[in-house]
Amino acid sequence: MPDLSGYRFTPTHEWVRRDGDTATVGISDHAQAQLGDVIFLDLPSVGAKLTAGARFGAIESVKAASDLYAPVTGTVTEVNQSLAETPERVNTSPYEDGWLLRLGDVVEGETDLLDEAAYLAQAEE
Amino acid sequence: MAARTPLHSRHLAAHAVMVEFAGYEMPLRYSSMRDEHVAVRTRAGLFDLSHMGEVRLTGSSAEATVQRLVANDVSTLTPGRALYAVVCNDHAGIVDDVLVYRVDDGFLVVVNASRRQVDVEWMAAHLLPGTELRDESDETALLAVQGPEAVAIVQTLTDQDVSGLRSFGSVTGEVAGVPCRISRTGYTGEDGLELYCAPAPAPALWDALLEAGAGRGLIPAGLGARDTLRLEAGLRLYGQDMDETVDPFSCGLAWTVKLGKGDFIGASRLRELDPDNPPRRFVGLALGPRQIPRHGMAVLAGDTRAGEVTSGGFSFSLGHGIATAYVAPALAVAGLSVDIRGEAVPARRVPLPFHGGHHHRQ
Repeated sequence: MPDLSGYRFTPTHEWVRRDGDTATVGISDHAQAQLGDVIFLDLPSVGAKLTAGARFGAIESVKAASDLYAPVTGTVTEVNQSLAETPERVNTSPYEDGWLLRLGDVVEGETDLLDEAAYLAQAEE
Repeated sequence: MAARTPLHSRHLAAHAVMVEFAGYEMPLRYSSMRDEHVAVRTRAGLFDLSHMGEVRLTGSSAEATVQRLVANDVSTLTPGRALYAVVCNDHAGIVDDVLVYRVDDGFLVVVNASRRQVDVEWMAAHLLPGTELRDESDETALLAVQGPEAVAIVQTLTDQDVSGLRSFGSVTGEVAGVPCRISRTGYTGEDGLELYCAPAPAPALWDALLEAGAGRGLIPAGLGARDTLRLEAGLRLYGQDMDETVDPFSCGLAWTVKLGKGDFIGASRLRELDPDNPPRRFVGLALGPRQIPRHGMAVLAGDTRAGEVTSGGFSFSLGHGIATAYVAPALAVAGLSVDIRGEAVPARRVPLPFHGGHHHRQ
């Protein structure tokens, strides 16, 4: 398991790792375990504007289709293209190879972000 | 609290994701559902099906009782052989779909776990004088080894000639020293064996099978893979694809109904129906690679609601979404679509099974 001290989580199971005004977004290990095998993802294109707390895409697993919500506000600068061919990376490496988007011009929104311990405490309630 | 099968400790040791199913705590998956599905299609998978029910009917009138209870004809079954059948109510609604074996002292009826209580009460209420019923579910474990390598794996653990066993045949004998009924059956669309044994030695049998099959790619597989496998194979799931409101003609099981065998429960209603023109039609639908239909979604013909998806999901073997659905016969033609979250996604009608060459008809 990677060091998650730099990761912040939403109650809707996304994570964000900030680096200045850029950020990387993905879904939590807890979320991928709940979903089971990821079949495909609907992700926005480069240049799309995300708003903290708003829906930005969907993830379809063997279990169900689930909406994805933006942890922060920003502009998509990169989409993880490898997930088109190997969506299972979200299952096998949710915090590293299975990242979803990179964002620029990042600002934190209204959404409360949780550290890992607080997130897990909430997720496992 | 949910009941546990004799293999519960093995599931926990393998870190299975456990779910409650039909009152039992069952393994949904051990690792990835996709990997388990692919293993069964290409090598072999090991399933715990101990939640399923086993009901034994014995006595001088046992055959007449079974003939009355099921729509298929068991009179031609030779000892050890099995057939797939439906139990109907008086209105020809399906009470359950079952596997019936002729055994030395009568018949063994294997029923769905979710229907065990209903079935036992229904059967007990319709016994002919001279038939005894015994619910052996709690004293029976069931392990299924399924996939192209399954028979070869089990053959290494037994003196019985399982390779020579015909489809839907069974024998009694030891597997890894454990007394079993060894049956060439399954519900995955692959060749394979089902092993019925006592609960106490079931964990040792489980371990022996995994050890014997490791070199041939055998892995444990959960209910998740079982569901995607049976859907690809076009096999119905009770409670989803059929229930007491559905007759066997409507759900495409006319081949299991033998109206010529004499009277049975539901026969008079079935004689009023046209096997080739049921009031609704059970069809297979194929969608695109990024379109996954789910149970309960509406099937549309143009703007008209034509029916409903009963089972749906992603076919790991084919790489696209598949579904079974009931559709009004007049609308079961071209131009169908599935309403996926408000979007009418085109669906091609295709014959069943979607995939899985080893057919279960007998």
